[in-house]
Amino acid sequence: MTKNIMIVGVGGQGTLLTSRILGGLALEGGYDVKLSEVHGMAQRGGSVVTFVRYGDKVAEPIVEEGWADVIIAFERLEALRYAHYLKKNGALIVNDWRIDPMPVVIGAAKYPENILDTLRENYKVYTVNATEEAKKLGNSRVFNMIVLGIAAQHMDFDKETWYAVIEKTVPPKTIDINKKAFETGYQL
Amino acid sequence: MAEKMIMLGNAAIARGAYEAGVKVSSAYPGTPSTEISENLVQYKEDLYCEWAPNEKVAVEAAIGASISGVRAMACMKHVGLNVASDPLYTVSYMGVNGGLVLVVADDPGLYSSQNEQDTRMIARAAGVPVLEPSDSAEAKEFMKTAFELSEKFDRPFILRTTTRLAHSQGLVELNEREQVPDKLYEKNIAKNVMMPGYAKLRHIEIEKRNNELSEAANTLSINKVEMNDTKIGVITSGIPYEYVKEALPDASVLKLGMVNPLPKELIKDFASKVEKLYIVEELEPVIEEQVKSWGIMAVGKEIFTIQGEYSANMIRKAILGEDVACNAPAQVPGRPPILCPGCPHRSVYHVLNKLKFHAAGDIGCYTLGAVAPLSVVDSCICMGSSISSLHGMEKAKGKDYIKNWVAVIGDSTFLHTGINSLMNMVYNHATGTVMILDNSTTAMTGHQDHAATGKTLQGEDTNAIDIPNLCRAIGVKNVVEVNAFDIERLEKVIKEETAKDEVSVIITKSPCVLLDKSKKPVYIAHEDKCKKCGMCMKPGCPAMTKNEDGTIRIDDTMCTGCGLCESLCKFNAIELVKAGDR
Repeated sequence: MTKNIMIVGVGGQGTLLTSRILGGLALEGGYDVKLSEVHGMAQRGGSVVTFVRYGDKVAEPIVEEGWADVIIAFERLEALRYAHYLKKNGALIVNDWRIDPMPVVIGAAKYPENILDTLRENYKVYTVNATEEAKKLGNSRVFNMIVLGIAAQHMDFDKETWYAVIEKTVPPKTIDINKKAFETGYQL
Repeated sequence: MAEKMIMLGNAAIARGAYEAGVKVSSAYPGTPSTEISENLVQYKEDLYCEWAPNEKVAVEAAIGASISGVRAMACMKHVGLNVASDPLYTVSYMGVNGGLVLVVADDPGLYSSQNEQDTRMIARAAGVPVLEPSDSAEAKEFMKTAFELSEKFDRPFILRTTTRLAHSQGLVELNEREQVPDKLYEKNIAKNVMMPGYAKLRHIEIEKRNNELSEAANTLSINKVEMNDTKIGVITSGIPYEYVKEALPDASVLKLGMVNPLPKELIKDFASKVEKLYIVEELEPVIEEQVKSWGIMAVGKEIFTIQGEYSANMIRKAILGEDVACNAPAQVPGRPPILCPGCPHRSVYHVLNKLKFHAAGDIGCYTLGAVAPLSVVDSCICMGSSISSLHGMEKAKGKDYIKNWVAVIGDSTFLHTGINSLMNMVYNHATGTVMILDNSTTAMTGHQDHAATGKTLQGEDTNAIDIPNLCRAIGVKNVVEVNAFDIERLEKVIKEETAKDEVSVIITKSPCVLLDKSKKPVYIAHEDKCKKCGMCMKPGCPAMTKNEDGTIRIDDTMCTGCGLCESLCKFNAIELVKAGDR
């Protein structure tokens, strides 16, 4: 069975680092793995999505509508944008954080209200204000590792494997804080 | 066992080039091809790689290396091949000495491009063979195959990729670099000097070679038949092959590794063994039209679009009529790409917007000046076109017509092809104003060096072209340099220069904010002093948010401390609280 994971967020939020960790996990687990991500112009503050697929044999590198086992969303609006990619009973992990897109900033559109409640009507939703939690740990940039810690509860790798891959992937000076952030999410 | 790694398609192409024994590579950055050169540089002990000012130069450099007898390559995005099409069409006549491969990346779905053209059409027009891999592992292997076939059949080859392949990662097994001896250089003007008498004969020769290749394609291992249930047969290639495998696991598939020329006999044989034949190819019906011209019944663009990317869901729906169960997408505001917080382009566009100016735009991050709230850029065609299109406008409507117009172009784009257009302005008595938004890098593709940055792709120090003096050397009398964030001076200079009846170049020199690692200044907004006038919000900085009561908040995780908002606030509601190093 192929496992389908998506990481969605806003350009600059560190989706690429997160996908590198997921790719490393799949490789460690002896799976075939494919990842797909957006580069270039869309990276500039735009909506970004990264796909990770692993299993015995993976053909296409993208996760399509109705296929995702887990969606990791670094921002609420992006969670709402991509939620329909989830399969029935898929898990939606949402960083309870808001970044206004330009149409909202200039008043041409409204940021939807009660996004989390809307999502809960149709999906299994797990939320955290990871950005605030990360600040408590002393580094707001490790918020994505907290979200990943929650996602880990819905994936089948043991914690030691996660730690091993995190150690291999993040800059050496930041290993401790990243592991601490992951643990925070893992315990939530 | 060979080492296995997760590799980006583009990294795998670079690895393939290394393993194939490539000695020279030249390229101009362009999404989605840029990472090939960025990965190639790790092998610089064994090969030479460079950024060229444009794709034509890159391809010509690769041709020169091939003539001298080494394996050589050039990399570009699809529209880059247009720039390089002049050498392409003629090197097709010449053939190669050392193997020659052009890697060309198409962009179905237009993730980062101005059009959705199909490189296979150009390759067919030029008579150049094309290989198309389906994943990272194949990308690496096909590079090696391309060089072998290039030398065997005396043809330059194109390795065609698409955004999805270039920017996907998959498992790749690493092999050793092949030790490929240099080919002997022998003077051969009948092959290498393309004047009419010789070119006429070469045209006959390449026709012969292409026919031989077409024949050989029937038995090439990269053209692969996967016989399964024969009710449905699919001819496909590249990334759509993966979608087909996902959507129709039981179907029979002819997977083409070489998409030009096509293996006619193999296709005929496959078609005769299946009940219903489909052709699944993104973009143009290149395979389909040829197959149908041979009298073979097949279904293709009748049920598939020529726009955008394909997917397994889409193929399943088109062929089997099956939908995937999922909820309808939510109606949500879009999140289009925007200029980064602290981007110097925002400041320039703010001033142009205030002056109610129009801009002929160009290719780069600054194309984003077209959209609200900046809304300055009126046109964007291709690399270098801002300057020449402003010139054409003046020649059509007269010099007064363009008094509230400028051309805007980045430093890298100016050196790519903008410089030719500036020569034309000076030569033909134009009076327009060109703004070179110089952020000292090729920003949009991810910060590559160019001929004016003082660094090479291989990380060596080098001469940095002095852009102001270059403009003066062309004959531009009015060359003014301004800091992009000095909005008062910028406004004054724009007014002065556009009023002149001579060509002017205004260079706004401020480095790309993403490259500036120095300590940022910190600004805060005082809600009690804020008069809710909205001035600071006008440039559309993503780090600024309006509170419920209309006052302003600065997001300190996004703010880079450029100070543009402070310079726009008349009520001192935005204050510098901590000086930085900028």
